[in-house]
Parts: sequence; structure tokens; C-alpha cells
Amino acid sequence: MTIPAGLRRTVLRTQRDTGFLAAGVLPHLALVPVWAWAAATTARTGNWLLTVSVSAALVLLGAPVLTAVQRVRYRVLIGVDVPRPAPAAPERRTWASTVRWLAATRPWRRIGYHLLLGPLLALLELSVLAVAAAGSAGVIAYAWSWALPTGIRQGWFGCLTQLPAYTAVGLLLLCALPWAARAVARAEARLASGLLGPSRAQRLQERVDQLAVSRTDLIEAVDAERRRIERDLHDGTQQRLVSLAVNLGLAMATRPDLPSDAREVIARAHLEAKEAIAELNDLVRGLHPAVLEDRGLDAALSGLAARTPLPVRLRVDLEERVAPGVESVAYFVISEALTNATKHADAMRAEVTVHQVGEVLRVRVTDDGLGGADAAGTGLTGLAKRVGSLDGVFHVSSPVGGPTTITAELPCAR
Amino acid sequence: MRAVIAEDSVLLRVGLIKVLEMGGFQVVAEAGDAEGLLAAVAEHRPELALIDVRMPPGFTDEGVRAAMEIRRRRPGTAVVLLSQYVEERYAADLLSANTSGVGYLLKQRVADVADFVAAVRRVADGGTALDPQVVAQLLLRRDSDPLARLTPREREVLGLMAEGRSNAGIAQALVVSESAVAKHINNIFPKLDLPVVDVDHRRVLAVLRFLGASRA
Repeated sequence: MTIPAGLRRTVLRTQRDTGFLAAGVLPHLALVPVWAWAAATTARTGNWLLTVSVSAALVLLGAPVLTAVQRVRYRVLIGVDVPRPAPAAPERRTWASTVRWLAATRPWRRIGYHLLLGPLLALLELSVLAVAAAGSAGVIAYAWSWALPTGIRQGWFGCLTQLPAYTAVGLLLLCALPWAARAVARAEARLASGLLGPSRAQRLQERVDQLAVSRTDLIEAVDAERRRIERDLHDGTQQRLVSLAVNLGLAMATRPDLPSDAREVIARAHLEAKEAIAELNDLVRGLHPAVLEDRGLDAALSGLAARTPLPVRLRVDLEERVAPGVESVAYFVISEALTNATKHADAMRAEVTVHQVGEVLRVRVTDDGLGGADAAGTGLTGLAKRVGSLDGVFHVSSPVGGPTTITAELPCAR
Repeated sequence: MRAVIAEDSVLLRVGLIKVLEMGGFQVVAEAGDAEGLLAAVAEHRPELALIDVRMPPGFTDEGVRAAMEIRRRRPGTAVVLLSQYVEERYAADLLSANTSGVGYLLKQRVADVADFVAAVRRVADGGTALDPQVVAQLLLRRDSDPLARLTPREREVLGLMAEGRSNAGIAQALVVSESAVAKHINNIFPKLDLPVVDVDHRRVLAVLRFLGASRA
């Protein structure tokens, strides 16, 4: 005879759940004797101070052991991993740190689980086990009734009428067992995750910490990549182009006897090589200027402003250098804003101010151009995103007719 | 005149040697990094050192530091720094001690061979050669002091003076007569509060004031 797969699964699962519940009874009742002893001793001696402190010590020492036992029980028997709270930062054990540990919610939540919830859970577990036992006994009522002494069995009035009822009730109980065992096991797992694991606030805090670290890593990786590209271009392509331009310049300077059309070709190639160098310089600067790394924002911005075709008034007011990531974003914002002012806004002049207010680096770029910049355009959205990557605030004010003002506030606490 | 070259790109080094030789210099040594440069200067005692700013191992401002070291050890050596980008901060470091026999030029200027040779020669003769971009940056930074009193034309003239050009050179660059240039310069001096003592001396003072090096 084959057992249907569904039924077999239910039976196996019920076995597992019931075993899990049975294993929970002892650890859940483990602290009850402590209570009982404390109550009994206090009643006998009247010295409640002693009993309360002794039982408190026992509970405090026992809770971690019980927590460990429960973790093993959950993992081995029903495959549930009760999340572990993040290990606290290593700290020297002092009275102050112990008091802090006790004041934190975590130990109290655990102790509450073992001390108060434990006995209640044990009751639930015992009732499920009772259902299992009663159900099994009822179903096989006929079998064991035969084991009763003949006299009793025949003299028992209810023998014929009650036995079928026992069997029926047993069947009902056994049918309810999978559901009950499942429900209690699930409830226990949820309670344990909530009370033995980190609290919701702690989990969120851990997640936030993780995300902050991974985001910082990502930003640094992108920055490093940008610097690598800058260096590759600088040490390779740019040098070759300069060398090409120098050689073409030499050709023109040393061979004045060439036919005029050949000279013209060389002159054009010379010009184009120089233009290519200028273009590449601009491109590399946009990536990550070396001087930004060496000398900081002030030096890099003065270079940027000098290269901008419009007059730029530059004010940089910084007491000390800020974090490289912040410098990089500030430079990028200003560089893009000045490019926009030159290319699109038809501006006559621009003003750049950078100053630090407390732990915020405030960057402001104003031009007297046409205005009407589209804050949803790709360029400005990109800037907003880069500022956002540092939890900064980005704002564009550009009414049609101008002026356009771009501000960015970048947190720069070190 | 004897020169040493420090430039880590071999291709460019070859080009630079040709350009200098064309200008009548004799290249006695070449180096690929700051250490090699200092050794070559100590050994050959050249009149001129042509130095790339970014060199191994750090590729930041090794050339600037080496140049300052050379100026400290052998003050008579003329130094021309070549940079991919002109950063006035690097130039200011170099100029804070002394402005004679110092040059700071963009690498791409080398391509205009005749101009470049003229600039290097000027430095070798004890003059100054600053890239117009450095001058633009310096001008930008000091817009609140007496320079604000100058007319745009006078600022142009002062800028060219700071680049190290003579009156004739300035006149050529601005396409005006030499006497017009002299008139502008005579207007600049009182505006910068420079007393009438000696014209050449005041010229240096004006440039120094312009560069902000007088404060250093």
C-alpha cells in the first residue's frame, strides 16, 4: 500500500513539529524551579532580599545558556535560524559597561522570554503533546480495550457505546494535531526571532550601517576608477599627442624649404594635434584633476576658473581640506555649472563661492545668463545624483531670463 | 649653454632634446625622475634644467619639489617647469623665492617650437617665462587689491610683463607701438603705489606685486 505523498509530508512535518515542541518543554521550564525555590525560601525564612538577589543572579547567568540551547533547538529541529544580535563593540568590562549592558533592552527581552514567556510556551507545548497522546490513545481504543481484564471489560457498561466515541474523538484530535503543532511551532519561532534576536530598531540600525559602508565603498571605487583613467590618459595618450605636436612643430621649424602644399599639410596636422591636446586636457580635467588631489579644492578651482572663457569671481573659504569624496563632488558640480553657463546660458560673468559652515560645505555658482535651465535635464539630474550620493542637498534656481543659481550643500563631517 | 632634461616620457624627451638643440642648447644629461635629475645637476652643473612636473614614482608634484631643491642648492641654475596643466599653486611655490631664471609653461607650448625656444632662452638669461594660463589664474585670484584700479588694457600689459616679456615683446603681442606700451607701464606704477626710483627695479616690483610673491 502506498501512502499519498501529501499525507506523508503532513505526517513527517507533524512528527518534526511535535518533536520540536517536546524538546522545548524542559528549557522553557528551566527557570521555574528558581522561582519556586525563591518563593519557598522567602516564605520559610522571610529573607526576601537574599532570595531575590540569588535568583536574579541565577536568571542572569542562566539566560545566555538557555538562549544558546534555544538557538540550537530551533536550528536543528525545525531549521529556523534565530538571528544573532550584532556583537557589541569590544569594551573593557567595567561597572559602567555592565550597567549599560543591563540598561540596554536586549538582555531584558531575553530574560523576559525565558522567565515569563517560557512557562506559558511550555503549557502550550504540553497541551499539543496531550492532544497527540490523547488522539493516539483514542484511535486505538479498541486495541487497548482488549488488554483490560475480562471482568472489567464485560462489566463495563460503556464498552460498546463509548469505545466508538473514543475512536472518533481520537481521530478528530489526530486530524487537528498537524495544524495545532504547526501553529504553536510557528508562533514560537516568531517570538524567538523577535525576543532572542536583535530588535527591529537594532536590525534597521545594522542595515543602515551596512548600507552606509557599502555606499562609501562604492563611491570610493568609482573615484579610484576615475583617477586611474585620468592617469592612464595623462601618462599615455596625452604624452604621445604632445610628442606628435612637438615633432610636427620641429618639422615646420627645421624644414622651411618644403613645398608650400607640404608645409600647409604639416601646419594643419600641427594645429589639429594641438587642438586634440586641448580637448583631451579638458576631458581629463573633468574626470579628476591631479591638482585636486595634491592641492585641494582652492587650487583646482582657480585653474578651472582661469580656463573658463568668461570672467569668474571665485571665493573659496575653507579652514582645512575636506574629505576627498566631498572635494571631488564639489569640483564636479562647479565644473559642470560653469560649462553650462558658458555653453548654454550665454552668460557674461559667473560667480563661484565655496565656504564651510559648521559641518556643511556650501557651494554656490551663479551666472548672469539667460536662465531657464531644465532641472530635469540629464546634466543637472546627474549633478543632483552625485550630490545625493553624499546625502547632500542640491538646488537649482533658473527663472527664464536669468540669473541661474546652483547651490549644493555637502555634509563634510570627518 | 648646457641643459639637462627631466621627463619620464621617452617620446617627449627625444622631442625636447631636438627642440633645445635647435635653440642652441647643448643637452648634457637626461633623466626620467627627480632623483636622476638631482644627480645629473650635481654632476654636470648645467645652466638650465627643463623639468616635467609629474614624474615617477608619485606622479604628483615631484618636478616642482626637485626644481625648488635645485634652486636651493645651485641658485644660479635657470629652471623651466613643464606641466600638462598649469597650476598657479605650483608656480607660486617656485616663484615665492625668486622670479628670475624661472619658467612655468604648459607642455603643449613646446609644439610652437619658435615661441618655446624664445621663452626658454629668456629664462636661461635670467628672465621669467610664465604661461598665459598661469597669469590668468594669478589675475583671477587677486581681484580685490590695487590691481582693480588698472584698466583692462593695463592689466593686459601687466600680465604680459609677468609672463616675462620685454616692452618690445609686449608691443608685438598687443599689436601696438612700443611707446604706447611704455606709456601704459608708466601709468601702472603709480596705481600700484610704486615710487619713482628706478624703472627696471619698479618693473620687477610690479610683477612681484602682481604675482603676490612680495607677500611671501
